[in-house]
Amino acid sequence: MNAPQVVSDLIRRTAAELADALAAGETTSVEVTQAHLDRIAAVDGDVHAFLVVDAEGALSQAAAADARRATGQAQSPLDGVPIAVKDVMATKGLPTTCGSRILEGWVPPYDATVVARLRAAGLPILGKTNMDEFAMGSSTEHSAYGPTRNPWDLSRIPGGSGGGSAAALAAYEAPLAIGTDTGGSIRQPGAVTGTVGVKPTYGGVSRYGLVSLANSLDQAGPVTRTVLDAALLHTVIGGHDPKDSTSIDAPLPDLVGAARRGAEGDLSGVRVGVVKELGGEGYQDGVLTRFQESVDLMVAAGAEVVEVSCPNFVHALATYYLILPAEASSNLARFDAMRYGLRVTPDGDPSAEDVMRATREAGFGDEVKRRIILGTYALSSGYYDAYYGQAQKVRTLITRDFEQAFQHADVLVSPTAPTTAFKLGEKVDDPLAMYLNDLATIPANLSGVPGISVPSGLADEDGLPAGVQILAPATADDRVYRVGAALEAALLQKWGGPLLDQARPLVGEVAQRPSRDQGASS
Amino acid sequence: MSELLSYDEALERFDPALGLEVHVELNTASKMFCGCPTEFGAEPNTQTCPTCLGLPGSMPVVNEIAVESAIRIGLALNCEIAEWCRFARKNYFYPDMPKNFQTSQYDEPIAFNGWTDVVVEGPEGPQTVRVDIERAHMEEDTGKSLHVGGATGRIHGADYSLVDYNRAGIPLIEIVTRPILGTREIVPLVAKAYVAQLRDLLLGLGVSDVRMEQGSLRCDVNLSLAPRDDGSESDNTGRHSLGTRTETKNVNSLRSVERAVRYEVQRHAAVLTSGRPILQETRHWHEDTGITTSGREKSDAEDYRYFPEPDLVPVAPDKEWVERLRASLPEPPHERRARLQAEWGFSDLDMRDTVGAGALGLVEATIAAGATPQAARKWWLGELARRANETETDISALGVTPAHVARVQALVDEGAINDKLARQVFDGLVAGEGTPDEIVAARGLAIVSDEGALSAAVDNAIAANPDVADKIRDGKVAAAGALIGAVMKEMKGQADAARVRELVLEKLT
Repeated sequence: MNAPQVVSDLIRRTAAELADALAAGETTSVEVTQAHLDRIAAVDGDVHAFLVVDAEGALSQAAAADARRATGQAQSPLDGVPIAVKDVMATKGLPTTCGSRILEGWVPPYDATVVARLRAAGLPILGKTNMDEFAMGSSTEHSAYGPTRNPWDLSRIPGGSGGGSAAALAAYEAPLAIGTDTGGSIRQPGAVTGTVGVKPTYGGVSRYGLVSLANSLDQAGPVTRTVLDAALLHTVIGGHDPKDSTSIDAPLPDLVGAARRGAEGDLSGVRVGVVKELGGEGYQDGVLTRFQESVDLMVAAGAEVVEVSCPNFVHALATYYLILPAEASSNLARFDAMRYGLRVTPDGDPSAEDVMRATREAGFGDEVKRRIILGTYALSSGYYDAYYGQAQKVRTLITRDFEQAFQHADVLVSPTAPTTAFKLGEKVDDPLAMYLNDLATIPANLSGVPGISVPSGLADEDGLPAGVQILAPATADDRVYRVGAALEAALLQKWGGPLLDQARPLVGEVAQRPSRDQGASS
Repeated sequence: MSELLSYDEALERFDPALGLEVHVELNTASKMFCGCPTEFGAEPNTQTCPTCLGLPGSMPVVNEIAVESAIRIGLALNCEIAEWCRFARKNYFYPDMPKNFQTSQYDEPIAFNGWTDVVVEGPEGPQTVRVDIERAHMEEDTGKSLHVGGATGRIHGADYSLVDYNRAGIPLIEIVTRPILGTREIVPLVAKAYVAQLRDLLLGLGVSDVRMEQGSLRCDVNLSLAPRDDGSESDNTGRHSLGTRTETKNVNSLRSVERAVRYEVQRHAAVLTSGRPILQETRHWHEDTGITTSGREKSDAEDYRYFPEPDLVPVAPDKEWVERLRASLPEPPHERRARLQAEWGFSDLDMRDTVGAGALGLVEATIAAGATPQAARKWWLGELARRANETETDISALGVTPAHVARVQALVDEGAINDKLARQVFDGLVAGEGTPDEIVAARGLAIVSDEGALSAAVDNAIAANPDVADKIRDGKVAAAGALIGAVMKEMKGQADAARVRELVLEKLT
């Protein structure tokens, strides 16, 4: 029983620990990568975090990393640490579906900038992770390829749209993953799976090669199990990209330094603003309890807590659901069967328009169609000013709320999501209930500020993970790492180890199936 | 073919209003939003990348040289330049549009509120017409569809269609006039003169190849008629009420611009006179038959759902930069015309003919290449204008360049060929047989000045025409022309006529 224990040990290490072990020559990238591939083989039948696993590619990249390490030519601190990539990122030679039938079989001829930077830094790519179709959703149930399940309870959702990446981390299938966050798609899955997720400042990480949902809101970022890992990954993928006109042409702050400093546990002099509008009604009691505990821990670490009000946040959801569908309806127009992806040819003598119509009818899921219709309507002549134009004005007001709040506080905090993970199928037919999951995360996307979700503990009523969100002013991403790492350190001490240690072991479940039927029978 | 009213009758009853939308392809080395090359005529789909193919995830980056060209065009058209403007998405589905939206500009064009003056020959002599420019904005070209099979060459009825995306993303500037009113019978000439002036202006700026036959300058003609305003019902507002307009697409030569305007005036007049309404629609111009036919109906309800392009940051040209560009502009067209006329010593008539033939830039370039003004004018307005008319092509599209013309004239001046042989050189140039020197060599057009051959030919001519020879011997030197003609005939025009004359006179006097 010696060998399996070694494997198990490798998959449970953080990325930073793996990087140290690789640097010290205690293990190899091939061993680490193989351990994760084995884990995927063992548990992903249940979890379904991955849409594609590229074992061959990952192992060959791992071997190359080992060769570099052997000659002392590591390309980055994370050289050789494997990673999973959300299927919304273009990967050269690896299928990219965005969780949609309409892109089935499309193999991009180019790499997204984020992916190119991962390759340049030497991170073997394990595969592509599941997601709500075109990142539209909060549960990953809107994937055309079937839902991902929450490793804490397979009958529950892993959050969304990046449920695949978060679940891969929670199930120890990958030590790192890439997510994208348009209204909370990194942070909310992080909260409900007990993992860490960061939405960087808008423009902080290149969007080139990220298949756009809503261009003015989308931002790629790290999905990890620790704050330090997120800082390490953010440093690899972040920074200016001339291919993305909206990317910030300034160096990243010292994120790893901020995370290390935060982990020392001292928050004296830091003003933490609790956002009055992001809490209370609609939030689960256990989520609020864990949030209050987190705030108390920050106070104990020396932070000063103030209450701030952002009155226009109550309009954030409505604003978001005008801007997002408008941009998405235009972005998704290119999926027309003419150049790539699915092509459905109706019987008879169909015109190009007939083929486009039939393909889009068959290739898009209901949620995608719903948002295309909403967005098309919002942009229509005569309605533009009332909807899209008005939403842009409210967006400015929300940004002003942030600016004012940040005059009184260095960071703002709230629960990441109002509830813990709900059951698969529970909200899939109730779009409005689904949209409410992103209530607390959406304002950051509307104004472009960075945010992190850190596990805050398990809700008393259901024993499921909850998260706390920490927001900072635009380009001050280092603050979310510092405060996030300090909170994480205090919580680890309280729990006596990582929160994920309290989850039931998945492999045991697969082997013995003791309680699988109790939830996952749907 | 539609029923037409005679042009004169149409103008008796109606006042035409003209509007022109011109799309200019810029000659930047790379595309509007990516680094792909823009060379014309490359193998289909070889000049493409994820961005201009609109692949999922790709993003645009603005070509700074294209912005500079747009500003220079705006300045040359006396426009205001936006201090801050954005790109917008124009959403519609068409297979040659990779993203199913065109990245363009909507309510924030880079240049707006300009004008340019054109001079045309009116019924009472030359007339200056001010054309107001509403806007000039930046956008990207679409791909190019080739519809195979079917009767029309259009997508409807085709067996299949091919799309070449080399053109997708080529930078375009769209220049839109305000309605041009009150020009009455000269409206077709105004349209042609405006496009010719725009072409010369763009050539002068060096921002485009302006080859109408290659589609690097494309013209859409908007035309409407209103009942003739005889002045009795003036509402003192100075505003004219406009009739329903049609938009005739892709009128791609100067000659066609004039013809298409004239045709639409006559067609509108016939429809309106018969009591039917004009449909607001797109029409297609047919170069061969000289008519327009109905395209798709275009109502104001067509909704492009414009919104600001979220993948691009606003364009905010630095004021100092704009002023530097303004200071470096070439001279305005009317000043240029006056200067050139003085430099070349052209009469007013010469100058009007040159401008009217769309040959001002060609003549200027020919002179720059070494020809005298008189020679340049002679060839372009004579031989070449005639060929253009005969073959119904634009004078700039004959395949004859200013450098060619200058070289032909140099060959004449050197005595290597004469004017008659020069015409054959132009035949060769139009047929694409190479450079003037290559054509002279290949066609064997050089003048024969070999004394032996000439002398023998003169002897033959004298022998064959004893009567004429006697007259010359009797002192009637003028009769020499008949013998010279006979020699030239024998030598197929390739003899040095002056030397032949000398030889004839030497032998007979």
